[in-house]
Amino acid sequence: MEKVKETAPKALIFLLIMTLLCGVVFPLVVTGISQLLFPRQANGSIIEIDRKKYGSELLGQQFTGNEYLWGRVMNIDTSTFTDSEGNPVMYAGASNKTPAGEELEELVAQRVEKIRAAHPNQGDTPIPVDLVTCSGSGLDPHISPAAAEYQVQRIADARGISAEQVREIVVKYTKGKFLGVFGEETVNVLKVNLALDGILK
Amino acid sequence: MSEAVLQYILYVVLLIGLAVPLGIYIGKVMNGEKVLLTRVLSPVERGIYKVMHIDPQEQMNWKKYALSAVLFSIFGFVILFLLNILQGFLPLNPQHLPGTSWHLAFNTTSSFVTNTNWQAYSGESTLSYLTQMLGLTVQNFVSAATGIAVLFALIRGFIKVKTDGLGSFWADMTRIILYILIPICLVLSILLVSQGVVQNFSPYETIDLVEPITAGDGTVITQMVVPQGPAASQISIKQLGTNGGGFFGVNSAHPLENPNAFSNFLEMTALLLIPVALCFTFGRNIKDKRQGIAIFLAMLIMLVVCLAVTGANEAAATPQLSQNGAVDITAGAGQAGGNMEGKETRFGIATSATWAVYTTAASNGSVNSMHDSYTPLGGMITMLQMMLGEVIFGGVGCGLYGMIGFAILAVFIAGLMVGRTPEYLGKKIEPYEMKMAVMVCLATPVAILIGSGLATMLPETMQSLNNPGAHGFSEILYAYSSAGGNNGSAFAGFNANTVFLNLSIGLIMLFVRFVPMLATLAIAGSQVKKKKVAQNAGTLPTHNGLFIFLLIFVVLLVGALSFFPALALGPIAEYFQMLG
Repeated sequence: MEKVKETAPKALIFLLIMTLLCGVVFPLVVTGISQLLFPRQANGSIIEIDRKKYGSELLGQQFTGNEYLWGRVMNIDTSTFTDSEGNPVMYAGASNKTPAGEELEELVAQRVEKIRAAHPNQGDTPIPVDLVTCSGSGLDPHISPAAAEYQVQRIADARGISAEQVREIVVKYTKGKFLGVFGEETVNVLKVNLALDGILK
Repeated sequence: MSEAVLQYILYVVLLIGLAVPLGIYIGKVMNGEKVLLTRVLSPVERGIYKVMHIDPQEQMNWKKYALSAVLFSIFGFVILFLLNILQGFLPLNPQHLPGTSWHLAFNTTSSFVTNTNWQAYSGESTLSYLTQMLGLTVQNFVSAATGIAVLFALIRGFIKVKTDGLGSFWADMTRIILYILIPICLVLSILLVSQGVVQNFSPYETIDLVEPITAGDGTVITQMVVPQGPAASQISIKQLGTNGGGFFGVNSAHPLENPNAFSNFLEMTALLLIPVALCFTFGRNIKDKRQGIAIFLAMLIMLVVCLAVTGANEAAATPQLSQNGAVDITAGAGQAGGNMEGKETRFGIATSATWAVYTTAASNGSVNSMHDSYTPLGGMITMLQMMLGEVIFGGVGCGLYGMIGFAILAVFIAGLMVGRTPEYLGKKIEPYEMKMAVMVCLATPVAILIGSGLATMLPETMQSLNNPGAHGFSEILYAYSSAGGNNGSAFAGFNANTVFLNLSIGLIMLFVRFVPMLATLAIAGSQVKKKKVAQNAGTLPTHNGLFIFLLIFVVLLVGALSFFPALALGPIAEYFQMLG
C-alpha cells in the first residue's frame, strides 16, 4: 500500500505529460507541417475543377452507365452517413464474404451474367477477377488495366468514339507499380470518367 | 508469378535491412548511451524527470517495476474510458458523435490499453477527433512503450548479477517514447500525408456524385462522404507500435488511410520494424549477438513459411470465384489475378498477403485487405500465427519476451532429456522460472479456447455471424484468437459489438496482456538475483541450428496440440467443402 501511494502520483503525472506530448503536441505539429507542405493531400485529395468538386481521387464512385468505365463492385452503405438535411449519403464497406462459399459464388455468377450481357463483343473471354469482386475498403478507386481494357469497346460504342480514343484516356490515368516492383498497376476510374466527359483535361 | 515472388523477397529483405541499424540504435538509447538525437532531446528528457521528481538511475525491483506499469495502465484505462462515454459533451467533435455504450467503451479501452486495438466499432462513424487523438493515439504510444520497457527489464535480469534492480520504468518509458517512437512517427506521418493520408480537423466533406445511384429501396443518392480527421498522426504510431487500430473502420484498406503502394510499403514495414529490430537489440545488449540472431532466425523461418502458404493460396483463389473459367483469376497481363474479394486493386495479391502475414505475426492487427474474405487456408495461417501466442516477432517488446518464455521452455525440455539443470543466457532455469514461463506460454491458448468455446455455446452469437457454416465458426475463432494474441485484426464481417462479446473479448485482452507481462517481470526479478554459471561441455548452446529447430518445435507443439481440433472445425473443414 505504501508503494502504491508513492507510485500512483508518478503514474498520473507521467500519463498527463504523455497525453500532452503524444496526444496534443504531436498531432498538432503533424497537422501544421502537413497543411503547410501538402494541403491538397492532407484534405482528402479532392478533384476540384472550376470551383466544382467532383469527388476524391482516392475514393471510388459507382458507375453503371455504358458510357462510363466501371470500377470494383461496391458494397454501398447508405445508412451510416446523412447530409445536413438528413438525406442518405453514399459510403461503402467490405463484403467480408468468404470466397469459398455459395453466397459469393452466386453473386459472382450474377455479376458475370450482367457484365457479359453488356459486353457482347467480348464473347466468352474470361472477365478479369477485380471486376466481379468487392474490394477491401469498398471504396477502391482503381481497376486493373486488364479490367479497363475489357470495357474499352463498350465505352467507345456507347459514346460513338473510337476504341483508340478511349484507350488513350485509360493509359493516361494508368499508374505503374511503385519503383516498378511494389503493388500493382492501377487505372483511376473516376479520373478516366471525368476525362471521358471532357471535364478533366 | 515471379514478379510476386520478387515483391515478397524485397519486402522481407528491406525490412531486415532497416531493422538491423534500428536495433543497434534502440540498444544504445536504452543503455543511456549517446545517440544522434541526444543533444536535441536530452533537455526534454531531463525536464520530464524533473517534473516527475524521479531519479532516472533508480533501480526498481521487479515488484516496483510491475506496480508502476500496472498503475500507469489503470490510469490510462480510466481516462480513455471516460473519453469514450463522454465524447458527446467534449470538443473536437464536428460530426456530433454521441458517447459510446459502456460495454463498447470497456472493450475499446481494454483493447487500446493492452496494445491490441481490437475494434468493435467503425472509427469514422463512432469516435470523435478528440477521443481518437487524446485517447487512442496516446495509448498507442504508451502501450507500445510499456511492452518494450518490460522487455528491457527482462534483458537486465539476464545481464546483471546478484542484485535486484531492473532499472527505472519511468526512464525506460521516457526514452522509448522520446528517442524512438516520436521521431520515427513524425517522419512517417509527414510521408504518409504526402501520399494522400488525411490530416486535418475539418468536418467530413459531402460531394455530388458524378453518376447518382439508386439504392435498393428506390431512393436516389446524389452525394458521397469524404471522411476527414487527424488520421496520419494516428496511423504512423498504430503501425510502428504494433497497435493496429485503424482511424477508419476498414483500416489500411481505406484509400485515405493507405493511398498507394509507397504508403503501403511505409506502413507495412513500420508494423514489423521494431519487433525485428529488438531481436538485434537483444543480442547486442546481452553482449552475445548470436543469441539474438538465433531467435531472429527462428521467427524468420516461421514467417517465411506462413508467407509462402498464404501467398500461394490467395494467388490460387477458389473454384467459387473462377466460375469454371468465366472469371480470369490468372496473374499477369495487366492484372494481379487471384482472390481479389476483399483486396484493393493497388495492392493485389502479393502486397495484401504480405501485410496479412506481417500483421498477424506482429500482433499489429491492422489490415490492408479483409481477412474474412481470404481463402480457407490463407485465412487459417493468419489465425494460426495469433494462436501461437504472437511470438513470430510479435508485438513490440511483448513478442520477444513471449519468445524468450518459449526459449526457457525449450531449454527446460532439452534439460530433461539429458538430465541436467537447464540454463539460459548463463543463468539457471529453476522451477520458479519454469512456472512463470508456462504462464507466459499458456495464457494465450487458454484464453482463446475458453473464450471461443463459451461464445460458440451461446445461441445469440449466431446473430453476429456474417457467413454460414464452417466459415462462421472461423469468424468466432478468429475473434478470440485475435483477442488472445493481443492482435486486434478481425474476420470483420463478425459483429462484435454486443454486450457479451464486448465484455468477454475485453476481459481476455486484459488477461493475456497482463498475466504474461507480470510473469515475465517475475522471471526478470528472479534471474537478476542469480550468479552467472560458467559454461561447460554440458551447457546446451542456445545460438546454433539445433536450438533454433528446438525452439520452433516447441512453439509449434504447444500451438498444434492446443488448436488442431478447433482449426479442423473451421478453416480446414471449409477447405474441403470448397473443393466440393
